[in-house]
Amino acid sequence: MIGEGGRGERRLALWLCAPATIVMIAVTGWPILYSFLLSLRRADLRFPEDQEWIGLANYATVLGNAYWWTAFGVTLLITVVSVVIELVLGMLVAVAMYRTVVGRGLVRTVVLIPYGIVTVAAAYGWKYAWTPGTGWLANLLPEGTAPLTQQGPSIAIIILAEVWKTTPFMALLLMTGLALVPEELLRAASMDGANRWQRFTKIVLPLMKPAILVALLFRTLDAFRIFDNIYVLTNGAQNTSSVSIIAYHNLIGGLNLGIGSTMSVLILISVAIIAFVFIRVFGAAAPGSEPR
Amino acid sequence: MAEIVLDGVSKRFPDGTTAVHDINLTIADREFVILVGPSGCGKSTTLNMIAGLEEITSGELRIDGERVNERAPRDRDIAMVFQSYALYPHMTVRENMAFPLTLAKMPKPEIAAKVHHTADLLDLTPLLDRKPANLSGGQRQRVAMGRAIVRDPKAFLMDEPLSNLDAKLRVQMRTSISRLQKRLGTTTVYVTHDQTEAMTLGDRIVIMQSGVVQQVGTPQDLYDHPANQFVAGFIGSPSMNFLPAEVHPDGLHTIIGTIPCGSRPRLLPREVIVGIRPELFQDTRIRHGASFTGTVDIVESMGAEKLAYFTFESGATFTGEVVARLDPKSPVREGELATIWYDPAALHIFDPTSGANLT
Repeated sequence: MIGEGGRGERRLALWLCAPATIVMIAVTGWPILYSFLLSLRRADLRFPEDQEWIGLANYATVLGNAYWWTAFGVTLLITVVSVVIELVLGMLVAVAMYRTVVGRGLVRTVVLIPYGIVTVAAAYGWKYAWTPGTGWLANLLPEGTAPLTQQGPSIAIIILAEVWKTTPFMALLLMTGLALVPEELLRAASMDGANRWQRFTKIVLPLMKPAILVALLFRTLDAFRIFDNIYVLTNGAQNTSSVSIIAYHNLIGGLNLGIGSTMSVLILISVAIIAFVFIRVFGAAAPGSEPR
Repeated sequence: MAEIVLDGVSKRFPDGTTAVHDINLTIADREFVILVGPSGCGKSTTLNMIAGLEEITSGELRIDGERVNERAPRDRDIAMVFQSYALYPHMTVRENMAFPLTLAKMPKPEIAAKVHHTADLLDLTPLLDRKPANLSGGQRQRVAMGRAIVRDPKAFLMDEPLSNLDAKLRVQMRTSISRLQKRLGTTTVYVTHDQTEAMTLGDRIVIMQSGVVQQVGTPQDLYDHPANQFVAGFIGSPSMNFLPAEVHPDGLHTIIGTIPCGSRPRLLPREVIVGIRPELFQDTRIRHGASFTGTVDIVESMGAEKLAYFTFESGATFTGEVVARLDPKSPVREGELATIWYDPAALHIFDPTSGANLT
């Protein structure tokens, strides 16, 4: 039973939430709904008269297309490889930052520099570095190699740029996790006979698990939507497109709003699946939820 | 089982502060030794040096005759109980207790047997599958003890293991720790700031202040023969009364009157501090005793005893408080005059500058 006062309070609560809700609907809810609607239409701006509802035909087109699946594979590859490398490197950096006694502020600042540089600017830096003739990294390679003109080396460079850029972010998230492990537990483990590695694997890692999962979740979602590094480095040439790149090419370059929107919706669904797996299967705490 | 020897052990921190200065102490096999003192006196640092969690700046630490200064904690075969218990929150009680054995690569059936046996000893069997978060303070404390006992180490180190418990539980656990230590016969070093714990638990007590050992002895020894004013004030509850005194041929002039002290004045400096334990006072006449009369400020009835507080004023600036521990049947009343007797031969006299006991 909710009394008169309780009902009034509830109404007030709804009123207080309303502005935020309306803004959210306007800036995220509506665009999502609109791209979903577009994905159900034939909507190619080159043929403006020829627009109609075609159900799931766009989905059949995209999912039956080899380019989409290549891009999907490339995206998954980049995501998995870069996140794994970032996790390992990020952990090393986090431990180093956490344990540094002398010049703590300087170390942390230096480590965070790559994260502070705009991705596009950094991507151009990498591009010039790998351009034969002018690039300092390309000049280290044998004469006549142009790594950004081949699929394998291009993807490797994209991953390198990703890892360089986002490892500090990973390290920062992991460091907050390290700070959650009470020092006394590590002392207790030393007394119980654990060496450095055993203390890390048996005490620190299990206690950091929530922080690690959140870091992985954030980075996986981010990496799956990779766009700017690829856009600058190869623009998707030699089969190096990610799903976001081909969605962009279809939507903006090809002016095919229907197909482009379909790809966007598919990306959204993939991201939702990744988040679901992390939260339900691995038990990551969804951002903002109560710890379980 | 082990003998622990601290031979001139000191600890200086990089910023130059000396936490522990030149400790010489031999802890016999099976002995229960208490390190006690106010916070910051260096008792925990000393314990951590024995554990290996803190490096020894100078001096030598020997366990069973072997120098262990350079050995990692895990190679010293010593178990420690922490004030916060330091239980691993992601492990069950069983896993917590098995942890040191698993690390020692003991065969699984043996681990299970040892954990079971220890859990039995500490009444933890019904809790074995719980996580620390689902245990009460007393239960966590027992798990921490269990994790130490299960390894059958050379020695136990305990860092204020009872201070996070409520008063009643603390007294219970105190007796059970005492019983357990006698039963297991394991050398134990126990750190506390609580003089009652120190007095009741220890075979011997080491009193520390500002990183320096003040006195080492049995509880009775420290009570009867405190080496200095600090020890005298630290041991005993309520604390010993300290009264500044001027030495005159007829006795010691204090705010509670002149205390006769025979021919001793000739041997004393001009000014001293007189120490009288509250339990030395009584409200009935003593033959050959001395007495003072004052107004009772406050009376605290404790049931088994009565504490009477007196305030004396001397001039405008100096006031002194005296507390007397009296028989519960004593008729003293707040706001009324009372005459209190004591035996002047039983008081302590301290040097006002060095604090040394001149008695």
